Amino acid sequence: MISHLNWTATYVFVGFFAIVTIMGFAAGRWRAGDLDDIHEWGLGGRRFGAWVTWFLLGGDLYTAYTVIAVPALVYALGAFGFFAVPYTIIVYPFIFLTMPRLWNVAHKHGYITGADFIRARYGNAPLEWAVAFTGILATMPYIALQLVGMEKVIEGLGFAGTGLTAHLPLTIAFVILALYTYSSGLRAPALIAFVKDIMIYVFIIAAIIIIPIKLGGYGAIFASAGKFYTGVAAANPKYPGGLILHPAQLAPFITLALGSAMALFMYPHAQTGTLAANSGESIRRNAIVLPAYSLVLGLIALLGLMGHAAGIKVANPQDIVPQLVLKMFPSWFVGFCFAAIAIGALVPAAIMSIAAANTFTRNIWRSAINPALPASEEAKMAKLVSLIVKLGALLAIFFMPTLYAINLQLLGGVWILQIFPAIIFGLYTRWFPGWALLAGWAVGMVYGTLISYVGGGWVPVSVAPFLHMGVYNGLIALVANVVVAVVISAVMGATSQAAPDQTKAGDFDDAPALNA
Amino acid sequence: MKYILLVIPCIIALWTPFYNSLTPTLLGFPFFYWFLLVMIPVSALFIAAAHAMRAK
Repeated sequence: MISHLNWTATYVFVGFFAIVTIMGFAAGRWRAGDLDDIHEWGLGGRRFGAWVTWFLLGGDLYTAYTVIAVPALVYALGAFGFFAVPYTIIVYPFIFLTMPRLWNVAHKHGYITGADFIRARYGNAPLEWAVAFTGILATMPYIALQLVGMEKVIEGLGFAGTGLTAHLPLTIAFVILALYTYSSGLRAPALIAFVKDIMIYVFIIAAIIIIPIKLGGYGAIFASAGKFYTGVAAANPKYPGGLILHPAQLAPFITLALGSAMALFMYPHAQTGTLAANSGESIRRNAIVLPAYSLVLGLIALLGLMGHAAGIKVANPQDIVPQLVLKMFPSWFVGFCFAAIAIGALVPAAIMSIAAANTFTRNIWRSAINPALPASEEAKMAKLVSLIVKLGALLAIFFMPTLYAINLQLLGGVWILQIFPAIIFGLYTRWFPGWALLAGWAVGMVYGTLISYVGGGWVPVSVAPFLHMGVYNGLIALVANVVVAVVISAVMGATSQAAPDQTKAGDFDDAPALNA
Repeated sequence: MKYILLVIPCIIALWTPFYNSLTPTLLGFPFFYWFLLVMIPVSALFIAAAHAMRAK
């Protein structure tokens, strides 16, 4: 089990893990609040300023799975894996415009989740349930994939086991995470995010300087990666990889970037990170400085190309980052980099489980099952659900092939995009009745799932009707969703607008005091 | 004006046929890669400009 363990790397790894564990438990006392109140446990009391929000959102959105999966895609296909870069370029102008509006209305009325806003805005409980259900459904496999990222680096340390012992280190790490998330709430990942983000920056700055020196510079790296892709293409004319995109890859590349950017802030964990800010202005400032993380992501993507230049051959592309790190760095720094990735899994996993727990408690349990749930019981219930969510993710990794989790996460992106009209249109207009948005959502969910399932496998891109080119399934389904919502809204007309709207136009704008 | 400033980096980032090329290279990076990496800080400048206009 541990006979091949890299001891130096493991000591460093465990040491950093111990530090963040202590921080996780101590975080409950940071900017202390009453942790039996869901606003404090689940949203950190909405007290995080621009700086803390920068670390928190950076830690939340750029996950361990990203660090493993983006270079894996670049390693396998080359340029196509870079869709993550235009994706993260276009996401911030969008956040700059929309998320301060969500923050303002949520702050004014005490909403904790996106679905809270939906209930108040449309006065339509089934739409609230649909939005909540979609959020939880899309989040679960995302948490499971954080565990995949973590397990990859634990394997990289040389840990090997069979059966249930194979998952022993992961289980220990996750139980610890579950306990401090339970006791400290959102403060735990917010505090740990400082450590995680700094470690990731150190890792990547070292990687982009030291690895090219060892491999003969960037020119040599791109040349050998290019040689690899043309070699594969020569053997298999259908292989779509290369240093630049094939013409047929252009539309999939563009639509994946656009659709992923539109989907990102529909995820409950992204909204939790946003709503925990102390003002809409903090969010705007973050939209300006969060691209620093995108730069890191773009540089991390280069690791996939460096893998070819270093002559590393892996059967599973997801092993490329751990193997590259092992080959290029001394043991102590391997331990540091792996700890950065593993801690990079803890932060989003914690925020995702908190966001899913808040959503379940407020928008499923209290809304559909027990409306009499007193406010004092909400935090208790959310804490318990956060444990169940993490347990579910752990069991999924134990008993489900990793490929299922990857496919589910892919589908999760298609699904979560279907709540875009309800949330984003809702920030600007009440023209759409709740029922029309619900019908659009249902069509988008079913249609998106159907086109993603092709001949026994799951694919992200299909040939779009009328356009005759490959388009991201999430966007194809979203177009159907919006068409249905618009047609039904137009037919239902003004009579359907009678459902109560608890928000007022001014609620979406900054309060005058915050503008000063 | 604010909206135009925000839309410009999005359009450039999604205008993939424009940057889908190996040349010109910069410091060994093919155009596709260095252009996208440079666009990240450039997009942040556009957002900062939109923010400055908003403050006025």
